[in-house]
Amino acid sequence: MRFLRALLDRQARHFEKGGRLERLYPLWEAQDTFLYTPGDVTRVAPHVRDALDMKRLMITVVIALAGCIYMALYNTGYQANLAIAAGAAPLDLWQTRAMESMGLPFTPDDLWACLVHGALYFVPVLIVTFAVGGAWEVLFSVVRGHEVNEGLLVTGMLFPLILPATAPLWQVALGISFGVVVGKEIFGGTGMNVLNPALTARAFLFFAYPAEMSGDAVWIAAGTAPDGVSGATALARATEGGLTGVTEMLDPWQAFIGVMPGSMGETSALACLAGAVVLIATGIGSWRIMASVAVGTLATALFLNAVGSATNPFFEVTPLWHVLLGGWAFGTVYMATDPVSGPSTPSGHYPYGFLIGCLVVLIRVVNPAYPEGMMLAILFMNLFAPLIDYVVVQANVRRRRARHAR
Amino acid sequence: MEHYLNLAVTSIFVENMALAFFLGMCSFIAVSKRVSTALGLGLAVIFVLSVTVPMNYLVLNYALKPGALAWVHPSLASYDLSFLGFLTFIGTIAAMTQVVEMTLDRFMPKLYAALGIFLPLIAVNCAILGASLWMMERNYDLAESAVFGFGSGVGWALAIVALAGIRERLRYSNPPEGLRGLGLTFILVGLMAIGFMAFAGVQL
Repeated sequence: MRFLRALLDRQARHFEKGGRLERLYPLWEAQDTFLYTPGDVTRVAPHVRDALDMKRLMITVVIALAGCIYMALYNTGYQANLAIAAGAAPLDLWQTRAMESMGLPFTPDDLWACLVHGALYFVPVLIVTFAVGGAWEVLFSVVRGHEVNEGLLVTGMLFPLILPATAPLWQVALGISFGVVVGKEIFGGTGMNVLNPALTARAFLFFAYPAEMSGDAVWIAAGTAPDGVSGATALARATEGGLTGVTEMLDPWQAFIGVMPGSMGETSALACLAGAVVLIATGIGSWRIMASVAVGTLATALFLNAVGSATNPFFEVTPLWHVLLGGWAFGTVYMATDPVSGPSTPSGHYPYGFLIGCLVVLIRVVNPAYPEGMMLAILFMNLFAPLIDYVVVQANVRRRRARHAR
Repeated sequence: MEHYLNLAVTSIFVENMALAFFLGMCSFIAVSKRVSTALGLGLAVIFVLSVTVPMNYLVLNYALKPGALAWVHPSLASYDLSFLGFLTFIGTIAAMTQVVEMTLDRFMPKLYAALGIFLPLIAVNCAILGASLWMMERNYDLAESAVFGFGSGVGWALAIVALAGIRERLRYSNPPEGLRGLGLTFILVGLMAIGFMAFAGVQL
């Protein structure tokens, strides 16, 4: 270890001001930060509190994602194997040939076969995300002279988890490019963006390539269409069949654990709950936002249950299912609590979360085009987070002025 | 009642003047540097829209449409003045803008000074003429056009206030040299439009 430190220190002079490789300083700095705890402090938002710097903050989020990553590996493979066991044809892709050449069976009961099959889909997406996203980040930091930022680690981890298993890799590359460059770097990098970069990337793909990003055929990595194996997510079923459409397919326990078709890493409410515990215990994720999203969802769903509708069966879906299905848990825990794109004032967290909760139910129910509303609801409220902050700050200014008024 | 509520929600969110149709862009971008000013302009636009759309409805149906003048005298029923549509619509809008301007000048001189040239420019704000033309094209009745005008105004105001909030925060950002100011704002408006696409296709 000392040898490594000495090596880094010896090379430092090349990268510091006046050195030969001055332009590449961000690369050296990134290595240094990656390997050791740096002595300098974070200078941009999200701000430093006590010993928590940006590196530790971002790493904690990635640790909190561990359960979701495991489910991304397991569930992606499990759903594919389940469909194939039920009669669907395996996709004509290198993943299938790799499984065959390793001699692994397409059986849903075999944990190892599920994990490997899932990894064959998830890992390439992850690699492409980090390679392309990282290249943009390094390019911008070298040209603009800011540091390579740990924020990329979280964005690059979140983005693959909210993609369908069959997303083409070139679209993954395009999406993360849009997310990192337009969503973040043009504003000056981590801490200065308005929208969550991972969500921006996902929304870009969602609107640009709907065929590969939504619908019934993309969620399971197997040829579902001709064999009568439905690849529809539970939310898509709710659009057609309402509450019974969902309960025919799943029981709540299954949905809670997350063995259902969906984006790779966001099916499991259990894994997200574990992540929520980590984030709340460490004070990184705002419990105010998470709680108020839950309250908003509950209130709106109960309201729509009470109103009812003769033509739209989605009205009857209960709050429990709204919470268990789709990206609700994942979005609430990891996306809505993003300290950069959300409001910075603690009392602003309540209306922000509440409105996300209302919007997600409304978009799911009244917008048949997008049964998965979580991503869009958070993105929409990201736009209003600065305004919420403004109102909170102005209210505070008025209150203090009134206190000193004579 | 439900019908009017749907129309209002549609015109505020689904068919947002600024972010779904990109109407009224000049003042949308120019006056969105501060939340307080943006709010003032937003309220002025709400007022002008909710008054001019029903007014233009009356003008259209009792003066311009083919046969609209029959109520004056049956012999006028053959006249068709709809070629005067743009001219009279703009006339009504300019008159209402003048009213707003005089009121603000008298009672809120600070806001009047902050809005500057963009207050009289409401008269040629395409969002406002656009709403009147849509009223004509979609054959709204009087109540519908009032709701539509109000909703469109609220949607536009909501968008400009949100943009102003974001731009106030962006003062702490560090965009590349060439993008500072307008360039970044254009991209930002595009990103906001992606956010508002959440409502595209809502069936009420």
